[in-house]
Amino acid sequence: MIAVVDYHKGNLLSVERGLAAAGAEVLVTDDAGAIARAEGIVLPGVGAFADASATMQELGQLEAVRARIAAGVPFLGICLGMHLLFEEGVEGAPDEDDEESSHNARGLAVLPGVVVKMPKLAVDGRPFKVPHVGWNTVVPPASGSFACPLFEGIPAGEYFYFTHSYIVPDGPFAVGMTAHSVAFPSAVQYGKRCFGVQFHPEKSSDAGAAVLRNFVRIVEGA
Amino acid sequence: MLAKRVIPCMDVKDGRVVKGVNFVNLRDAGDPIELAQRYDAERADEVVFLDITATSDERATTVELASHASAQLHLPYCVGGGFRSVADIRRMIAAGADKVSVNSAAVANPRLISDAAYAFGTQAIVCAIDAKQVAGNPNKWEVYVHGGRTATGIDAVAWAAEAARRGAGEILLTSMDRDGSREGFDCALTRAVARAVDIPVIASGGVGKLEHFAQGILEGEADAVLAASVFHFGEFTIRQVKEHMASCGIPVRP
Repeated sequence: MIAVVDYHKGNLLSVERGLAAAGAEVLVTDDAGAIARAEGIVLPGVGAFADASATMQELGQLEAVRARIAAGVPFLGICLGMHLLFEEGVEGAPDEDDEESSHNARGLAVLPGVVVKMPKLAVDGRPFKVPHVGWNTVVPPASGSFACPLFEGIPAGEYFYFTHSYIVPDGPFAVGMTAHSVAFPSAVQYGKRCFGVQFHPEKSSDAGAAVLRNFVRIVEGA
Repeated sequence: MLAKRVIPCMDVKDGRVVKGVNFVNLRDAGDPIELAQRYDAERADEVVFLDITATSDERATTVELASHASAQLHLPYCVGGGFRSVADIRRMIAAGADKVSVNSAAVANPRLISDAAYAFGTQAIVCAIDAKQVAGNPNKWEVYVHGGRTATGIDAVAWAAEAARRGAGEILLTSMDRDGSREGFDCALTRAVARAVDIPVIASGGVGKLEHFAQGILEGEADAVLAASVFHFGEFTIRQVKEHMASCGIPVRP
């Protein structure tokens, strides 16, 4: 059974149906106990970082999810759910524009670094529209094809649907990259079975369905 | 690279697509979900459902539609029409809409945009603007509300900039002069708005030829192009539009 973590910020129907269509038995739950018993965990992306982490803290979800990731239970964070894998996020915190602010909200801290606003200007000064909305390509960080099992069978350069204004820091954990005003990690991996994706697989047509099927297969094989 | 989007728009009344649908091979041409699924299969980048009903009873049907859509569609969708308050928007977001568009109510009360963006995030709030060229002034456009019936005296470019400042995540810009004309988008209007805001702009109104889509992007500097009847009547498929755009050097999701 895959638990879709409900932190009370929005509708999780698309994620639930997407996983069910990928062959999973799904439980949408806000219960830390149920999360702790699940064979796989999906943290969906609705709301803002500070708000979501506060609710998750209150409901005991942060601890439950952190413990399960540490135990090697397959995990997939989507959009904000990916952001929450990191140490801190500026979104929704006071002094949002200050990356070093001591008011940043705390995430799961499975991966290092701060989730920041996507710049509106490229390094060469060209303006870009933010939020980054629409279909963009995901490529492996090095040339060649994807090494990450989440992208098995998916060609480099496939299009996925994005809608976000914040990006995670780059690092050796990046398994997929996307370019807008800057190149940023659009997929990350921690250990063998913990993943985060910036795009919305549940809204990404066939390619997104393939990602969800891969995740369900990873859960089944764990 | 971020692809330019192609977006079919459906007018919905009492849960049914109301105008301009002439698809063969559809079991029920009036079913917005079935039509949207067809566009999904044709690789539309998202769809817009525009609720043109007036009463709150009928609006409940649209909330139901949103909930069916989130269960059955695998692409993002936006619902527009008749939202007057954050509570109205909350109902639609709770039903699963990825985005809502606000129009007349936001002109009457611009704080609706700020409040809704704060509550649901900028990416969920689209500001729809109906604009008409000011007579004798080719570089000035006026905002109209109430389905284009009421002039406001507000400058469309200035209003777009304010909507963006208040937290709208996108502008859905319809040229009233071009809507239904089949003469192509008003590229001067689209470009003026696109240059005035740092959020994506969706061009709408006037498509009659394949070339018009590419013009909206290249001359109008839009981030997405929207059309209704040319798709509903099967004049062009989404694929044809994207192939033509790609042949003009525009990045599209094939």
